[in-house]
Amino acid sequence: MLEIIRQVPVEYYVLYSAILFTIGVMGVLIRRNAIVVLMCIELMLNAVNLLLAAFSTYLSDSKGQLMVFFIMVVAAAEAAVGLGILIMIYRNTKSTDISLLDKLRN
Amino acid sequence: MNALLPLIPFLPLLGFAVNGLFGKKLPKSLVGIIGSGTLLGAFILSVLCFQQLGANSEPIQSDLYRFLSVGGLDINFGLMADRLSVWMMLIVTGVGFLIHVYSIGYMHDDEGFYKFFAYLNLFIFSMLLLVMGTNFLMLFFGWEGVGLCSYLLIGFWYENREYGAAARKAFIMNRIGDLGLLLGMFLIFYTFGSLDYATVFAKLEGADPAVVTTICLLLFVGAMGKSAQIPLYTWLPDAMAGPTPVSALIHAATMVTAGIYLVARCNGMFEMAPYAQAVVAVVGLATSIFTALIGLRQNDIKKVLAYSTVSQLGLMFLSLGMGAYVSAMFHVTTHAFFKALLFLAAGSVIHGMGGEQDIRNMGGLRKHMPITFWVFLIGTFAISGFPLLSGFFSKDEIFAATFAHGGAIWWGLAAASGLLTAVYMSRLLYVTFFGEFRGTAEQKHHLHESPLVMTVPLMVLAVLSVVGGLLNTPHFLHLGNDQWLAHWFSGNGVNGTPIIPLAEMHLEVSTEWMLMGIASALAVLVLIVTYFLYSKPQNLPVADSEQQGLSKVLANKFYVDELYNFLFVRPTEYLSKIFHYYVDIWGIDGIVERTGSGVQALGGYFRRLQNGNIEYYLIGMVAGAVLLFLSMYL
Repeated sequence: MLEIIRQVPVEYYVLYSAILFTIGVMGVLIRRNAIVVLMCIELMLNAVNLLLAAFSTYLSDSKGQLMVFFIMVVAAAEAAVGLGILIMIYRNTKSTDISLLDKLRN
Repeated sequence: MNALLPLIPFLPLLGFAVNGLFGKKLPKSLVGIIGSGTLLGAFILSVLCFQQLGANSEPIQSDLYRFLSVGGLDINFGLMADRLSVWMMLIVTGVGFLIHVYSIGYMHDDEGFYKFFAYLNLFIFSMLLLVMGTNFLMLFFGWEGVGLCSYLLIGFWYENREYGAAARKAFIMNRIGDLGLLLGMFLIFYTFGSLDYATVFAKLEGADPAVVTTICLLLFVGAMGKSAQIPLYTWLPDAMAGPTPVSALIHAATMVTAGIYLVARCNGMFEMAPYAQAVVAVVGLATSIFTALIGLRQNDIKKVLAYSTVSQLGLMFLSLGMGAYVSAMFHVTTHAFFKALLFLAAGSVIHGMGGEQDIRNMGGLRKHMPITFWVFLIGTFAISGFPLLSGFFSKDEIFAATFAHGGAIWWGLAAASGLLTAVYMSRLLYVTFFGEFRGTAEQKHHLHESPLVMTVPLMVLAVLSVVGGLLNTPHFLHLGNDQWLAHWFSGNGVNGTPIIPLAEMHLEVSTEWMLMGIASALAVLVLIVTYFLYSKPQNLPVADSEQQGLSKVLANKFYVDELYNFLFVRPTEYLSKIFHYYVDIWGIDGIVERTGSGVQALGGYFRRLQNGNIEYYLIGMVAGAVLLFLSMYL
């Protein structure tokens, strides 16, 4: 297994997760649908996870994979809270468009 | 006696504290007893001082504590009673006591009864500080204290806006004079290095006459304000807004004589400054004649007396300017008797008439108020200089000194002022008490003689007005007590020299007889002529709208108030408007407001960043993170 993983150079992992992270960031910035925004946040987290896992394997250090589990737990909690908020927003505005949420203005 | 000396001013202060703090809850009779009782105590102690000083003229002194010690300035809170001070103390506490007793009756129905007595007691305290101080600063404390009490009491019925304005006018005009006094004190300290009478008067010998003249003139400016001399006299007639006992006590008998006391106290200085003496004499004589003329055509019973007071004070200053300090103090004394008497009698009239003060609505009061009538008659005759009454002696001395020192023209002008006094006072007497009653039927029904608590002080003052002249009889009458007051004041002061040295008057006995004869003959003549003049109804004073010519000018007080209004009040108001609009609103407010609105405008630009759009914030955040990243690794 380890051999298979190591057949791919580590630079590719870095590049790949950078692309994933950028897609996540752009999604958060550009999309207005709150669900998509939440998904993009997950995407960013997973880009980081991928990087952690890759380096952990290459450096034979399990601390990185340990960190991945922590992030997944936090991400799950965050998704639960985020979706909860989302449902409340939907109930109040009949929409998931976050650009409508500008009540703090003025 | 030294130990008891501080009690004299502090007894009235105690009365002020008790009445002022608890008076509202105390019954009126008790308030009156506390108010007058403390004063009676002070009077008795003053009499004891007087007796001791009679036996031995060494001043009684009591330094309570060191009040101030800065650099070379060393001032004790010191009280003393020398022969001049004790004389003023007797007048202040004696006449003051009678007026307090009278006030119990006069103010009986007033809501501010306790307040009135508290203020009166505070006034007596301040006045006693003024005359008992051992240095100029103590005098200044008293000086300001009596000014404050005068303000409080003129504005006693402060609901009336006009009365409040009169109180402010008195306060401000006095303040102008006080500035002169203060500057004089600065110069005294600068020149002599001390404010103690003893030190200053001892160092007078070697002082530069020009400096002394300046000091005298500055002190006289202070006296002008307090004793209502031209040009600062206009507050005193307006001060009649206060209750009548106040007019009697403060604005006739005691406070206004503070200026006379000051000059008499500093007689050594004025003797060194002939120029200042001339100024004092000219101002005094001018004030005396000018205000006597105004008094001829006033129809408010208290206003006539007020102008008469200013006029008499003018005579006293004339006397001071002529170097006749004892005559001035003598006139202060007799004036305190008969002017307090006249004011209190006028108060009794006002009381009986239910608040009416216009003599045109009086007349014939002789039958309704016999006691008031008789004491008023005595007061009028005394102030007019009717032979052998108190005013006769004191005025005669002033006239004689004027003749001896200034010559016939000065004497003529002073005598003319005395003549005018007789004219306006007899006019007041005849119009008020003789003829037919001219008021409303309701007033006639209400007319009554005042209660005993008011008439007894009147009678005491009437007796004093009659016999007061015997204090200082001229030597050529050989009554056995020649020039008693002059000898009294020649006792030693704090610096071991006579307070007012005995002065020789260089006049022939026949001249003195002649001067006295002319003055008293004129006074008697005026009293008789005016009686027949004002017994005819067509000669009674007319309504304001019917005044014509000179009479109108006199009734309007020579338009001096209007002149001051035009010269000082209006320009000041105009200037204050300019400062208000351009300096305050435009300048100072402008800076403050423009600072505020500038910050607000800047905030207006920045608030656009906070547009509530989440993407916008996120872009900012990401851009920030990227920039941070780039700045760290590139």
